[in-house]
Amino acid sequence: MDQPYEQSKLQQAKERWEAERLDPALAKVSRPRMPSDVKQQRLYTPLDGDGRDYENDLGFPGQYPYTRGVQPSMYQGRLWTMRQYAGFGTPEETHERFEYLLNQGQGGLLVAYDLPTQLGFDSDDDRAKGEVGVVGVAVDSLADMETIFSGLPLEKASPSLTMNAAANVALAMYVAVAEKEGVPAERISGTTQNDILKEFIARGTQVFPPRDSLRLTVDVIEYCTANLPRWNAINICGYHVREAGSTLVQEVAFALANAITYIEACLERGMDVDAFAPRLAFNFSASANIFQEAAKFRATRRMWARLLQDRFGAKQAASLMFRTGAGSAGSTLTAQQPENNIVRVALQALSGILGGVQSFHSASFDEALAIPTEHSALVALRTQQVLAHESGAAEVIDPLGGSYYVEALTDQIEAEVNLYIAQIEADGGMLQAIEDGRAQAQIAEASFAQQQQIDAGEKVMVGVNQFQDDSDPKIELHRPNPEIVAAQIAKLQQLRRERDNGADQAALVRLEDEARGDGNLMYPILEAVRAYATIGEICGVERKVFGEYQAASI
Amino acid sequence: MSMATERKTPIRVLIAKPGLDGHDRGAKVLAHAMREAGMEVVYSGLRQTPAMIVNIAVEEDVDIICVSIMSGAHLTLFAEIMELLRAEAGETIPVLGGGIIPAQDIVTLTEMGVREVFTPGAPMAAITACIEGLVPA
Repeated sequence: MDQPYEQSKLQQAKERWEAERLDPALAKVSRPRMPSDVKQQRLYTPLDGDGRDYENDLGFPGQYPYTRGVQPSMYQGRLWTMRQYAGFGTPEETHERFEYLLNQGQGGLLVAYDLPTQLGFDSDDDRAKGEVGVVGVAVDSLADMETIFSGLPLEKASPSLTMNAAANVALAMYVAVAEKEGVPAERISGTTQNDILKEFIARGTQVFPPRDSLRLTVDVIEYCTANLPRWNAINICGYHVREAGSTLVQEVAFALANAITYIEACLERGMDVDAFAPRLAFNFSASANIFQEAAKFRATRRMWARLLQDRFGAKQAASLMFRTGAGSAGSTLTAQQPENNIVRVALQALSGILGGVQSFHSASFDEALAIPTEHSALVALRTQQVLAHESGAAEVIDPLGGSYYVEALTDQIEAEVNLYIAQIEADGGMLQAIEDGRAQAQIAEASFAQQQQIDAGEKVMVGVNQFQDDSDPKIELHRPNPEIVAAQIAKLQQLRRERDNGADQAALVRLEDEARGDGNLMYPILEAVRAYATIGEICGVERKVFGEYQAASI
Repeated sequence: MSMATERKTPIRVLIAKPGLDGHDRGAKVLAHAMREAGMEVVYSGLRQTPAMIVNIAVEEDVDIICVSIMSGAHLTLFAEIMELLRAEAGETIPVLGGGIIPAQDIVTLTEMGVREVFTPGAPMAAITACIEGLVPA
């Protein structure tokens, strides 16, 4: 569009403005700039779009390279899914909360499991002490999953099962519930998180060594590809990487490097890229920095499309689409003056929406204090509903597209992430980076730097290092109920007495045999789940065969 | 800072992650800050039982134990740690806590003998200063 002559005229005009107007103004008064993950100018102009080609680099929504959105109509067709992370206590309590949330207009369920379940321990295991039903719901066997989901509209619920090391067991349980409820496999939709590599570098619920873990992840992808056409087999997470303290660029780089590792493992197993790539979904973080986050989602969509097409030769449009959920950056929410978090969460949700995400989890304002109450969870959901229906942000597709600033940021993030991924690959790829502890160390370094900025007051956190207020926040918090533990354990022990223990044992023996071979473990696990084997029994077999991962020290 | 340089031997700190919680961002940041403050840091690694933590503390002869927990299991796990510690090492090793811990539970933890509890937002310097104050030179 711009002629070189005009570009140079503009360049000169900009330099003149800087020298004659901006610099003198800043010399008179200027404030410290906010620390930023990506280097930013003070002003963007058409000069920053030099060389960008509209059709190749941006294109139209729903068209390659999907920078402006994965669907042609985006929120003009359907709003994003408001999918709140919920689950606590017993399966009965979680069932009630889910029913309530669905009745309040929530579009999908994001199932929070307690830590013993995430790590494959039964509720009466010694190691589960103090943790049963605390950060999520306790699920010991298929019976608990039946309690949670029976009577809910399974075809609408589209649950996201937040399980990783034992994602296979969680999925098998859901498939078995759907069978009992009479919903055919090809109709059930939902997501298994199943992103074990990020557990090693960021979230810490890995169980088995990295390479065995990868095998189990691919089992789930392969099973879904063959049997569950509407299921998202994996939710590749930048979210937790960022929560562990990474920069924005590291978040995207590690998530995509993990994705590359999964794709390569699937290809090695002989799968066709176009058969499984459409079922890969993502989950990223959304901070209150709306422009950078929106640019991040735009850049990642473009990178994903190019990666799948150019490097992996994907041919189906669906393979090229970076479909992502996003969640409030919980670690930026403060324990001090917790009501301020409502404002932060609104900005975080806005950054996801401006970035064109497919679903959003808005955190509750008591995030830094406890798991949400019904009240705080409702405020979080209402926040998204206000944005959807009152802000106007959903009325135009990719509303920030064309902004000198956001387009330049989008290009810059893409370039920086590409460099970072190239370095990871030059160093031997993600598995190697995990085994060497290098990825963990790089994230820890970024997180320390960030904490130093906060402690030094360079990075302002309202209510924490500026604008403090010592008055006690008067908010009501969710309290875990210790009485539920005994009830959960009693139910589990009754199940062990009453089920057909012969069938259970036979299924576990078959699982062990298959685990020692190289078959897909989803099938024997599904059989064990149907026989009401507990999660502790199933993961116990896997622990016996694969051993447990011992992390490098810090 | 000056206190650290006056010491003949550096303070030995155990950073411990009890229970099943995998969130170790805070533990890692603090390990870094403590090392910069001249302390020696022993990290327990994830998923340690109270007994394992007390064993490491005794074997490594640490001056102080910093327990980090984000999972909400703090009341159960701290109670066990404090009880085992009393049995194994008397009252000699002070214990600090950190994590997502509601105010009313901080009172309970203090009653159990936990010397100080830090919640999100605590500056690193406040934590290292607290350690300096609790461990005699």
